[in-house]
Amino acid sequence: MKKIIAKQEVCMGCGLCEVYCIVQHSKSKDIIKAYNSEHPKPISRVRLEVNKPVSFAIQCRHCEDAPCVTACLSGAMQKDEKTGLVTYNQEKCIGCWTCIMVCPYGAIIMDQQGKVVAKCDLCQDIEEPACVANCPNQALVFKEVKP
Amino acid sequence: MAKYLIVGGSAAGIGAVEAIREVDQTGSITIISEEPCPQYSRPMISDFVSGKADFHKMKCRTDDFWKENNVEALTGKKATDLNLTEKTVQLESGEKVAYEKLLLATGGKPFVPKMEGSDKDGVFTFTTIKDAQQLTAKIDSINAKAAVVIGAGLIGISVTEALMKRGLKVTMVELQEKILSLLLDAKASDLVEGVVKKAGVDIVTGQSVQKILGKPGNEGVVDGVILTKGNQVPCDLVIVAIGVVPRTELVTGTAVKTNRGIVVDNMMQTNVPDVYASGDVAEAYDFIMDQNRLLPLWPLAVLEGQIAGYNMAGKITTYMGGTNMSSLKYFDIPIVSIGLANPKEDPSLEVLVQNDAERNVYKKLVLKNNVIVGLTFVNCIERAGVFFYLMKNTINVKKFKQKLLSDDFGLATLPVGLQRKMCVVQ
Repeated sequence: MKKIIAKQEVCMGCGLCEVYCIVQHSKSKDIIKAYNSEHPKPISRVRLEVNKPVSFAIQCRHCEDAPCVTACLSGAMQKDEKTGLVTYNQEKCIGCWTCIMVCPYGAIIMDQQGKVVAKCDLCQDIEEPACVANCPNQALVFKEVKP
Repeated sequence: MAKYLIVGGSAAGIGAVEAIREVDQTGSITIISEEPCPQYSRPMISDFVSGKADFHKMKCRTDDFWKENNVEALTGKKATDLNLTEKTVQLESGEKVAYEKLLLATGGKPFVPKMEGSDKDGVFTFTTIKDAQQLTAKIDSINAKAAVVIGAGLIGISVTEALMKRGLKVTMVELQEKILSLLLDAKASDLVEGVVKKAGVDIVTGQSVQKILGKPGNEGVVDGVILTKGNQVPCDLVIVAIGVVPRTELVTGTAVKTNRGIVVDNMMQTNVPDVYASGDVAEAYDFIMDQNRLLPLWPLAVLEGQIAGYNMAGKITTYMGGTNMSSLKYFDIPIVSIGLANPKEDPSLEVLVQNDAERNVYKKLVLKNNVIVGLTFVNCIERAGVFFYLMKNTINVKKFKQKLLSDDFGLATLPVGLQRKMCVVQ
């Protein structure tokens, strides 16, 4: 499947990945509205990890053998066998945080209201994930990787 | 004759079916399950009581899960006898099911200590959907106002929150000096206790219930409890939420070795070839304690079931182990606790603590030889899984120890070699 790979050596730590993730997951898909008039403000599912001078962005790795899927209490977190995506159903999620406890990447977060989880969905509605498409230095690439 | 026979249709049984079908799509699987309903999440029964989830939301697999996986499901049936020589399991009806490989995933049953009056109307245990349905129906039918919850562990706190959300006055009674004593140290427990009390719950620690009282003129119905020190708490309901004990009845008197639960190796196999055990009934490996022990936790039961399933189907798989690990959402104070939460004074252990009373945040790590062996995060659980990874893979944290509890700790803090191993960077 295609996954997002971070190239740490060219990441400038600008944080635009987070900005465009927020916009893509907003209701309006508009940067100004997403930041100023949507309440609660959408949250980024990609996180810029910084330990100067090192920085890189991290999001759900869509693991082959995903610990969050095995651990999920409600059946909300699932592995789509066809696409390889690790999907989560917010309707079924009960916010027990078991997935947060077992995700090695810290890539699962509480959503803005703290009741259910959120994470990267590889932007299913657009061709290339927003963080990749808007990275000014191509520090994020979306490419086919072996499982 | 079933190639694979599974006794128990909850977490471990589900995990086993999924694993077997990954490896063997055609071998016959039979499951014996006492519960007739579709697979549901037992940890969610408190959400059922609180009204946050109906049964539909609790279903953790599709309605046709057994059918989709080509499983012959003997539901609503109870296994009563195991014959290891014949390789058969007998049902209550007398019917026998022969097997090649057997998985015992019989789970646990609620532990109810001896106390006078525990047979009264209004006393409940809290393990299955049936318990939750009966409790909910009772609350409605008698318009219950007050409840006593015995036990302030994982189950106790979950049912306490649910009852509170339904408008009941709840008194939590805990024999230990602190609530959640298996998951939290004294400081963290006090912090959580403050939050729970603020929500209106009465907490009594260091005591238990010695007697459940009946109503005057209607002795068979709960009217209150008498605590060990003699004080009386009036209530309409008593919920016994102390914990579960393994359901080992099926192997009693057989050659299958038991301790407190069924003893298994790192392939989840018992001492008897072709007989496996997983979930709350089994004593599986704890990688922190470096020993096998009971760890009745849903995610571990699924995982252990998977391991058993793979091995039963011929894909040799070793269980790396679990540990005492829980995440809690109750009373809007998220908690993650993994491994040693509250170790005794020990010079070989190093303890790192961050206590931020203003934000109600408490973080603690326990290290042994620079490897994390215990974690407690209260009200700040982000990235807990990164630490779980470091624990599970016994990563030496010496080089970045001082950064572990800082707010900007993250994957970028880890050594480059480890980042590459985790495939977070190229």
